[in-house]
Amino acid sequence: MRNATGEVQNVLVLGGRSEIGLAIARRMITPATRHVVLACRRPDDAEAALAALSRPGLEVRAVAFDAAATAAHRRFVDGLVDDIGDIDVAIVAFGVLGDQDAIDDDPDLAVPVAHVNYTGAVSATLQVARRMRAARHGHIVVLSSVAGERVRKSNYVYGSTKAGLDGFAQGLADAVDSDGVGVTIVRPGFVHSRMTAGLKAAPFSTTPDAVAECTVAGVRRGRRIVWAPGTLRWVFMVLRHLPTPIWRRLPLG
Amino acid sequence: MRPDYTSARLSGWGRTAPSVARTARVEIRDLSEHLKDATGRGVIMRGLGRSYGDPAQNSGGTVLTLAGSVDEVVVDEAAGVATCPAGVSLHDVLRQLVPRGWFVPVTPGTRFVTVGGAVASDIHGKNHHFEGSFGSHVRSLRLMLADGTIRTIGPDRDARLFWATVGGMGLTGAILDVDFTLLAIETSVCRVETTRCRGLDELLTEMSHGDEDHRYSVAWVDLQANGRRFGRSVLWRGDHARVEELSERRRLRPLEYEPRHLASVPPLVPRTGFVNGFTSAVFNELWYRKEPRRRSTGTKPIPAYFHPLDAVGDWNRLYGRGGFVQYQFVVPFEREDALREVVRRVVASRLASPLIVLKRFGPGNPGPLSFPMRGWTLTVDMPAVRTALGPLLHDLDSIVLDAGGRHYLAKDAHTTPDSIRRGYPRLAEWMDVRREVDPDGLWQSDLARRLELVA
Repeated sequence: MRNATGEVQNVLVLGGRSEIGLAIARRMITPATRHVVLACRRPDDAEAALAALSRPGLEVRAVAFDAAATAAHRRFVDGLVDDIGDIDVAIVAFGVLGDQDAIDDDPDLAVPVAHVNYTGAVSATLQVARRMRAARHGHIVVLSSVAGERVRKSNYVYGSTKAGLDGFAQGLADAVDSDGVGVTIVRPGFVHSRMTAGLKAAPFSTTPDAVAECTVAGVRRGRRIVWAPGTLRWVFMVLRHLPTPIWRRLPLG
Repeated sequence: MRPDYTSARLSGWGRTAPSVARTARVEIRDLSEHLKDATGRGVIMRGLGRSYGDPAQNSGGTVLTLAGSVDEVVVDEAAGVATCPAGVSLHDVLRQLVPRGWFVPVTPGTRFVTVGGAVASDIHGKNHHFEGSFGSHVRSLRLMLADGTIRTIGPDRDARLFWATVGGMGLTGAILDVDFTLLAIETSVCRVETTRCRGLDELLTEMSHGDEDHRYSVAWVDLQANGRRFGRSVLWRGDHARVEELSERRRLRPLEYEPRHLASVPPLVPRTGFVNGFTSAVFNELWYRKEPRRRSTGTKPIPAYFHPLDAVGDWNRLYGRGGFVQYQFVVPFEREDALREVVRRVVASRLASPLIVLKRFGPGNPGPLSFPMRGWTLTVDMPAVRTALGPLLHDLDSIVLDAGGRHYLAKDAHTTPDSIRRGYPRLAEWMDVRREVDPDGLWQSDLARRLELVA
């Protein structure tokens, strides 16, 4: 359950090796927290993450979860809830960037990006939402991206999956509100992380920890949409309305 | 009859951590039907929703309110005992009984609590050092168990279940009606002695020596004042006035009882509310200064002495949408050091609102989850919107628990399963009783889930 100051007991990170997901989880841990579950493809690789989160009195575990294997999502979520009780916060943090140039050469490479980022996220989120709606309680954090706000040529497959996911999450937020379930959509800009290693940073770049800070503050205040950093909200308000000829020429990395 | 429900987002009086449940108002005769209709997330009873945290909410489950009319209250004038439906409020009871010369044995700081809630929280009042908590004045009560059967229990009848129900936060069953003893009064006025103290030590000494001479005693401490003013406080000690102590005019109507409603807080309050370090400090300065420097004695009507805040409707809205936490704990006598440390931390945090109550508890009763025990109990209201509050409360929890103290479940909205286990060493015993009368875990609440009170 959540307590009066918004501290939570059970946290699930879908994409348990995501640096942003882990940073958010770390900031949500308080003495009130009982369980943190990192759901990732290879739990054996999560040892460092587990060690970084561990605290006395807190149970942190990594469990096997494949975002692409949507048929297993229902059983995964049910098993977890039956084991640790209500999930107070679920962070949907998995996603792959894909190499746009490679995809342009070999369109087959686009399919797993779209499947994991959109189909997998929709499936897993809905399974979590189903249990939260039954419990009339819980909060879902969906990692979207500014890349979905106005999809740009340098990563348009990735951007389109985030655009789809963002729209899905907005609708979900409205659908589950009356059931006592909250949804916060996080739209980070360029984040320095494993996913973006080697890429040229875009303006207003940020770090996983800074994204986590904005996110936790947003969840506390019940915000539906969180921009990270907050300035990007105004930047994209302008970018979204730029005439196409100008937009195409922008050097946005 | 197919039960009819409304979906509602419920919170406690502190307006924190709301959750959604299906709710219904039911007559006692229909209650068992509703229990049969429960889902896996169980049922909890809710009175007037005046506990501060989450004991009367049940996310995804059922929350039922018992209908009850003050007309059904029966008073045995010879024995001084009232039989009262659980859903009736102390407000209604007092309006009916005070003009007839009776007072409730225990009243908390608000009269807007139900009799059922008074038992389930085992409420205490300004007379705890003198007469104990509400449960100690209950002769018997009827409890509907999870299977729909009704048991009559009391301190001399099914005592284990009775004491598990007193302070049991509604998790042993639904309290249907309660027989409790009344206090005979000559007037509806209290004689109140006011003492201003310049520091915490002065106050504690004063209370340790003079409290036993008065039925009622309660102190206010300025938890915004620091430095030389640290711990400045006001102590009010009272007794029911006798007729000859009233003014000539008042003697004509000694039992007149008309609680006033001054104003209500409008629904539109900024998110962060009006309660902050600045407004609290200003209020406290005035509040302290309005009291005479020298000890003085006067009279106050019952509502003004016992329930001053009830004159302001919805005062909890002053804290804004973020709500507030009412932190209440007790530490044993001889652990004044822990009390002082908590006060020091709260003052340093600048988070305390003006609503502060310090009180000396007498001995506790046999209820494993009953809160009061011999010692000092401090109550501090703090706005929940401030991010510093969570860490502060965890620190305070440690100080309180290390001193052998504990927290009040009717106020708690924040602490952890471990804290409750440390503070209430007889919790396992209580859980055994609960399992016997509710093996399938029908009775559930957000509080029970948060503190893992139900296995």
